[in-house]
Amino acid sequence: MSSTNYAYLSNYLVYSAMAVYTIAFFAHAIEVAFSVRNVDTKTEFDFSRTDRSGRIGTAMMILGTLLLFAGVIIRGVSAHRVPWGNMYEFSITGALAFSTAYLFGLWKFKIRWLGLPVVIAVLLTLGTAITVLYRPSAPLVPALKSTWLAIHVSAAIMSGGVFLLANCVAATYLYLDAMERKGPRKAWAERLPSLEVLDQLSYRLVAFVFPLWTFAVIAGAIWAESAWGHYWSWDPKETWAFITWVAYAAYLHARVTAGWRGRRAAWLCLFAGSTFLFNYVYINIWGTGRHTYSGL
Amino acid sequence: MEKAPELELAGSLRWMWRQLTSMRTALLLLLLLGVASIPGSLFPQRSQNPMKVEALFTSDPTLAKWMDRFKLFDVFSSPWYSAIYLLLFISLIGCVLPRTIEHLKAVGAKPPLTPKFLNKMSGYRTVATDKSEALDVAEKWLKKHHFRIRKDSNSISAEKGYLRESGNLLFHLSLILILVAVAMGSLLGMKGEAIVNLDERFINAPTSYDNLTFGKYQKEGGLIPFALTPTNFQAKYDLTTSAPQDYTLTVSVANPVGSKPVTHIIKVNKPLTFKSTKVYLQANGYSPIVTVRDKSGKITFQGPVIFLPQDANLTSTGAIKLPDMNPQIGFIGSFVPTYSRSSTRGAFSAYPNVLDPRLLLSAWKGSLGLDTGAPQSVYRLNTSKMVKIGLKQLALGESFNFGEGSITFDGWKPWVNLQIVDDPGKMYALLGAVLAILGLLASLFTRQRRIWVKIEDGVEVAGLAKNALLGLEDEITALVAELERESTK
Ligand code: HEM
Repeated sequence: MSSTNYAYLSNYLVYSAMAVYTIAFFAHAIEVAFSVRNVDTKTEFDFSRTDRSGRIGTAMMILGTLLLFAGVIIRGVSAHRVPWGNMYEFSITGALAFSTAYLFGLWKFKIRWLGLPVVIAVLLTLGTAITVLYRPSAPLVPALKSTWLAIHVSAAIMSGGVFLLANCVAATYLYLDAMERKGPRKAWAERLPSLEVLDQLSYRLVAFVFPLWTFAVIAGAIWAESAWGHYWSWDPKETWAFITWVAYAAYLHARVTAGWRGRRAAWLCLFAGSTFLFNYVYINIWGTGRHTYSGL
Repeated sequence: MEKAPELELAGSLRWMWRQLTSMRTALLLLLLLGVASIPGSLFPQRSQNPMKVEALFTSDPTLAKWMDRFKLFDVFSSPWYSAIYLLLFISLIGCVLPRTIEHLKAVGAKPPLTPKFLNKMSGYRTVATDKSEALDVAEKWLKKHHFRIRKDSNSISAEKGYLRESGNLLFHLSLILILVAVAMGSLLGMKGEAIVNLDERFINAPTSYDNLTFGKYQKEGGLIPFALTPTNFQAKYDLTTSAPQDYTLTVSVANPVGSKPVTHIIKVNKPLTFKSTKVYLQANGYSPIVTVRDKSGKITFQGPVIFLPQDANLTSTGAIKLPDMNPQIGFIGSFVPTYSRSSTRGAFSAYPNVLDPRLLLSAWKGSLGLDTGAPQSVYRLNTSKMVKIGLKQLALGESFNFGEGSITFDGWKPWVNLQIVDDPGKMYALLGAVLAILGLLASLFTRQRRIWVKIEDGVEVAGLAKNALLGLEDEITALVAELERESTK
């Protein structure tokens, strides 16, 4: 099969993944919406009634993630390289990392309540990728041809997936916290875990990926050293990677040594996560420096 | 009586030291370091993009001057940025050294005494089992699971997970190593760039460089005495998009100068290495080769002239200066490797490799302005005291008679831009980074916890886990099961 055919196959796989994720979206939406028992007052929720819909949602998430995984791999095959050469490829891989992180969390921490927001975020990312960011499959410029690229980018993307998940959890914490301060939880929110569990969950996610992110930054420095002659040159992308690293280090410090919990810790977690997003979106598209490989 | 002033000074110094090494300060400084890095990515930096900084100085001089006063174009070497990270690292040393000593002392020590009331601890259970054997059974089980044990007459205090603190200390100490390595690189290193034509010899001496910067404590004589000649350069581009696919530079290296040359290959991600010095392939371009004759036909100049690329297809511009002709002659030139023409852009290059080259020249006569002493770019002609005397486009082998003589387009040579860097701190930085990761992994994935077994009225078991991490319950359940199993035997 020729490169172009592989590129088409990859596109079909990404489209199919989107279709399957859309089914997952409806399944999770039904899971939430139809668990209302008393439609007139909308006060009672009973998620056991829609458990099956939730399980279908999970099955579709798994299937969609597998299809997306195949799409990303075939994209790499079509270009004879790792599939991380431009922003379209970063985005589909990022969506893959995010939904994989969710499935991992589902298995480890039972977080099916996050299914709906996760599938929405994945669909939006994929949708933006194929409409705005799409670029034909092409080989890499010489500076990107390095094993360290594969290592650096895969570690960075995986970290990003988990950072975003931690951000979802922290945002949910803040939302529920605000709700609980006004009174008892609304009925639909009864299914969500307690504030303490959410607080601990976002900490564990961050503590889990912080070493991986540290590694991603170091692998990037090793690659920069072999390509540009300097392991660190404060290029905007590097600067923001450093800011993200420092922000998460501060978050871990705040929790472990200063005893921050709850609202303050959640805000700090959100801040750290948004530095990662800012780096990805803003610096890739509008930034200057040698890291702008978005292909836009 | 008044307090002695010395004491007051010592007291306030001690107070300041305690503040500086407190956790709150460490957290504040960390956050501050992150925030202080932001302007470094939003404003152009001199070390990265000096042209952009210059442009700002011409477009808005007052604003630029004010920004410069606050070092906003040199954020990462500015006094305020340095102050933040130096304070952070002083705080770090003040915090980590005493803890390292404590930790080393604790390695040989026994776990702390069993607390009086176990029922306040997590996972508290009472076990129905034989009191006389319980401690022995528990000791055996805890030893098997690598707990350190303090056994008293009626209790056992066991602890596990010292690796957490060891890892944490290793991590923080490695950060200090990285900082030292970075400082070494900037104080003892060097960095230079040189454009070298194919088949021309580059000797690694300060005069061979186009620009060269040394660290404060690096001596100029410290350069490794090698000579390098590019003998072949291959650039491959995509035929439809012109995107570069591969660059391969073959060089012949004599180290030291005069020794038998050895052939090496340099690629974009594969620099040539001499100890801690590395030679990188940074950019490439073309030097058109010309011959200039005066009116009498005598050759006044012959050879390649380096032109600088202006776009991805290597349309290149440069200047040819002939100060020895009378009157002085200069050319503004443009070299297109693959000729194409449009009504809007005029002549331009359609592909970065040489397929159909042209040399476009405008000839100028007058004073080149070289004798004024003001530095002048070799790539640009200062035409303020010159008049234009002609314009011509040359194909390979063609000549242009500009009245005062003639110029012939003989051919071209590729040139490569070599970047030569010496960073003696690099390996230490890498070592620091590796140790930091190992420390982090040890620290974040080790669960530190204590388990106590105590004989009172019955047998009591309880525990404590640092950071309330999960898993302690399971361990206590397993121990209790073991105690019960032994008693029913
Ligand atoms: C360069 C600045 C620093 C960075 C990037 C940094 C980073 C970190 C990180 C990521 C952690 C959590 C991971 C772990 O538990 O090992 C941590 C923990 C810790 N750091 Fe720092 N730190 C810095 C400076 C400091 C300073 C100045 C102090 C002392 C004032 C300090 C004391 C501690 C302590 C006590 C812990 C918790 C250990 C524990 O109980 O697990 N750190 N640090």
